[in-house]
Amino acid sequence: MKPISRRALITSGLAAAGVAGLAAADRIARRHGLVPPDCRGVYGPGETLTYAAHRLLTRDAMAREFPRSMISKTPFANEVAPPSNEFKKLQADGFSDWRLSIDGMVAHPMTLSLADLRSMPTHSQITEVVCEEGWSYVAEWIGTPLSGVLREAGLLPQARYLKYFSIQPEWSDSIDIADAHHPQTFLTLGMNDGELPVGFGGPLRLRVPRQLGYKSVKYITRITATDSLKYQGDYAWFAGI
Amino acid sequence: METPRHSALVRVTHWLTVISFVALLVTGLEIVISHPRFYWGETGNVNMKPLFTIPIPSSRDTVPTGYGYVMPDQNGWSRYLHFESAWVLVLTGLVYGFASLLNGHLRRDLIPERGNRSLTAHLQRMRQYLQRRPPGADETSSYNVLQRSTYLLVIFVLFPLVILTGLALSPSFNAAVPFVVNSFGGRQTARTLHFFLTWALVLFLVVHVVMVAVSGFWARMRAMTIGTASTTETAVAEKEVA
Repeated sequence: MKPISRRALITSGLAAAGVAGLAAADRIARRHGLVPPDCRGVYGPGETLTYAAHRLLTRDAMAREFPRSMISKTPFANEVAPPSNEFKKLQADGFSDWRLSIDGMVAHPMTLSLADLRSMPTHSQITEVVCEEGWSYVAEWIGTPLSGVLREAGLLPQARYLKYFSIQPEWSDSIDIADAHHPQTFLTLGMNDGELPVGFGGPLRLRVPRQLGYKSVKYITRITATDSLKYQGDYAWFAGI
Repeated sequence: METPRHSALVRVTHWLTVISFVALLVTGLEIVISHPRFYWGETGNVNMKPLFTIPIPSSRDTVPTGYGYVMPDQNGWSRYLHFESAWVLVLTGLVYGFASLLNGHLRRDLIPERGNRSLTAHLQRMRQYLQRRPPGADETSSYNVLQRSTYLLVIFVLFPLVILTGLALSPSFNAAVPFVVNSFGGRQTARTLHFFLTWALVLFLVVHVVMVAVSGFWARMRAMTIGTASTTETAVAEKEVA
């Protein structure tokens, strides 16, 4: 039998340690919520590193807030598909019949009108909207933190993600619990001291200022809490970068 | 056994850097196409005056380019691959940087030798290049002062800056470490600098490949892959030394 060379011994030892290390890292990462739903496929390793690094580094970090003087005089809103008939009907009535339903893994599923949301604690933040294309603007956003609404609905501890849906067909997205509870994640009703214009997501937009603009879905009508998520999309699920 | 011209660490990290840089460059250009306008300061969008625009069509119909058509949107996979490649680049750079510091590669091969740390020494070597005088025997096993300074600039200034300006585009990173984006003078300034730094690195890449081609493409490729210089070259070098 050929004797095992020292080099072969060291190499196989390192390989074994590497495999064991990766398996342990995978277990720890899953337990601490560091694995994104799009962790598979050819871009999975990079996406997992990005999400894990950001969650370890930024779990409680606050998005930069700006002085009032830096509010953009000419903000830009990406065009969305023409409003659905359902939207136009609600708009004709001044959105008085607009409803937001909270369901899924919550103790008390609820349905809220815009007036209900306005009666909740109102906060404002002057933060930047950053589009994945490269452009940006700063605006003041007025609304109620999502965390307060989740508290009222009694979010169950096993919930790991929130899915949220626009009134526009086939427009939804999702965030993890860290962003759901984040104090700057707003159900936004106003912008720059006025009502939130339809072009910018009015009457109701979810603002997630630590992620790119595409996570801030416009015309929100439903939020559902879940413990698992299947994500299929052309763009990365985590949009913090 | 022949001493390798480049250590295994240098060879492996060199090619990992090449692969990740090319991927970053291609995907970066794809991402730029979705908004080929650049600004200075914190914010910038099509309603604001740009610092400059690249005269190409865009992959978004919201960008006024003057062209009658819109390019296909490649941002989904481009963004995925851009950040995955950035991880390869950053991790490779960290391994290379720390190893070079510890094993003496930085001190021995990259920092200009004591007598050469002057502008005169750099100009002298530049003159030799311009007059197309062949390199001396001392350069068969070591970098000259211009190579050393250039590699130091690329590895320890341009790459760290292009990575930091890239990170300064991330709203999540900026939440955690606002100091970086604020030092650059705002997010749009960081984006513009990211673009210019990329072209500085491309300029280095072009000059680097031309120099490799001029000094013997296959011998240099051998040295950077299997590690040893070609036998004839070694023989010539040994004769010169002798």
